[in-house]
Amino acid sequence: MATTETPGPARPAEPSGGVHAPGRAAIAARHLRTDRWWLAPAVTATVLTVFVVYSTWRAFANADYYAAPYISPYYSPCIATDCVNMRGGADLQIFGPWWGLSPALLVLIFPLGFRLTCYYYRKAYYRGFWAAPPACAVAEPHGKYTGETRFPLILQNVHRYFFYFALVFAVILTYDAALGFRDAAGHWGHMGLGTVVLLVNVALIWVYTLSCHSCRHIIGGRLKNFSKHPVRYRMWGWVGRLTAHHMALAWGSLVMVAVADLYVYLVASGAFADPTFF
Amino acid sequence: MSAAPAPKAADGSAAYIGRFKVWRGDADGGELKDFEVEVNEGEVVLDIIHRLQATQAHDLAVRWNCKAGKCGSCSAEINGQPRLMCMTRMSVFAPDETVTVTPMRAFPVVRDLVTDVSFNYTKAREIPSFVPPPGVGLGEYRMRQEDVGRSQEFRKCIECFLCQNTCHVVRDHEENKAAFAGPRFLMRIAELDMHPLDAAEEAGLDRKSAAQDEHGLGYCNITKCCTEVCPENIKITDNALIPLKERAVDRKYDPLVWLGNRIRRR
Ligand code: SF4
Ligand code: SF4
Ligand code: FES
Ligand code: FES
Repeated sequence: MATTETPGPARPAEPSGGVHAPGRAAIAARHLRTDRWWLAPAVTATVLTVFVVYSTWRAFANADYYAAPYISPYYSPCIATDCVNMRGGADLQIFGPWWGLSPALLVLIFPLGFRLTCYYYRKAYYRGFWAAPPACAVAEPHGKYTGETRFPLILQNVHRYFFYFALVFAVILTYDAALGFRDAAGHWGHMGLGTVVLLVNVALIWVYTLSCHSCRHIIGGRLKNFSKHPVRYRMWGWVGRLTAHHMALAWGSLVMVAVADLYVYLVASGAFADPTFF
Repeated sequence: MSAAPAPKAADGSAAYIGRFKVWRGDADGGELKDFEVEVNEGEVVLDIIHRLQATQAHDLAVRWNCKAGKCGSCSAEINGQPRLMCMTRMSVFAPDETVTVTPMRAFPVVRDLVTDVSFNYTKAREIPSFVPPPGVGLGEYRMRQEDVGRSQEFRKCIECFLCQNTCHVVRDHEENKAAFAGPRFLMRIAELDMHPLDAAEEAGLDRKSAAQDEHGLGYCNITKCCTEVCPENIKITDNALIPLKERAVDRKYDPLVWLGNRIRRR
């Protein structure tokens, strides 16, 4: 760029306006949309807020997260010594008694980081909470915008590492769901409504995780010549079909994980007895 | 919304007299002007603009060519939504609804509905073109369908620049225009980077890093407005921008790759 300024570190350009910038059509309104464009961001922000409030309460509660044989997905794996004893469960006691807080806090950072850096949730909260932009062709209220070019938002680029952790968590939750086929005494051959809840939850976690855009890239998207990698090409096609529904899967698994936790909470706190099928 | 019912056309057919607000003016200023224009069955917004031009506002400036959604000339904003005038049917509006037509609001206006879209040509020139593979003559290019399938989607682009116009990075921040190529041209980088015969890398050109360092890929926050407005239904965000972001991560933020490069440089 030609510039007459003294050399120095590249400075961001001064804000010089958006739809009201000089030279553009002089229209006073920030937008002229007549549809209910505010509905989608409002619903997004509301549901995410409800989820965050509920999850924060449950993560700090440190109680009612195990109702044999079911464990809440918020507390799995349980890696502190003060975890309740779970027969054969993912109960690892890595953190000693010095860890006085809820064991959920030790593990929730991984699924939280995965969803926070997810390409879909980014869209959801940039629009819903940050109004950048609130909706298409609706001017955003910010004077300046640098997007994901600098700290902290440049850290969104770590998403694929959270994806690897998410695979580990999906395996652990699968194990938890399998344990749901044992009864409270540890004998196999049980099935209750809780088993179904955990199964549906883990199924949604799996499809959501596999539909991840980073997964699509790692599986095959990064290749230049698909013809040299026929197997990865086919898998890329399958993952791509899931990725097209990433938004729906993100919401579905978000709601389901909270429902699964709520179910365990209700059974563990004695508010509800788990109906047993066999 | 208006209370009075829309006046019926004289001959009693399905036609009606529609209310319109059309922006008229130039770079020095302008305003939305009210018009009442006849609307017939099967018409699109561009038909109305043409009738307006023929009957009431003879000097109304409008750019169009094909009237078939293929030339990308008639981009405008209709009720605040960036759209092609020739592909927006009047039947999507209620007869008593006032339809507002303005020029695109991210580019300098020339006159009435015509904007100066040269920003896009500048950005197009900034993207390094296809690098021919060494030792393969013209007419000797052979590619397999599965290798070109991905980028064929991007070739559907008609360069209407509705995506460029809607992207908040430049629409809401004029100062970002210098640093940001916009969705259409980031998609062009993705297309070339996915091209099975492009020899940029052999020629020392790293399109993945350049997308981030020189063409402003990091400004995109994947909020998908480009995809929402594309009249060709190209999945710009899912199939071009996110894959390009992932490719940039391969180059710039993958510790294993970074370490490998450090060692190789020794
Ligand atoms: S997805 Fe990115 S390029 Fe497309 S409109 Fe949004 S910010 Fe712009
Ligand atoms: S990508 Fe779509 S919206 Fe953008 S210029 Fe091409 S056809 Fe128009
Ligand atoms: S989990 Fe949403 S993109 Fe990776
Ligand atoms: S006139 Fe060609 S796209 Fe509308």
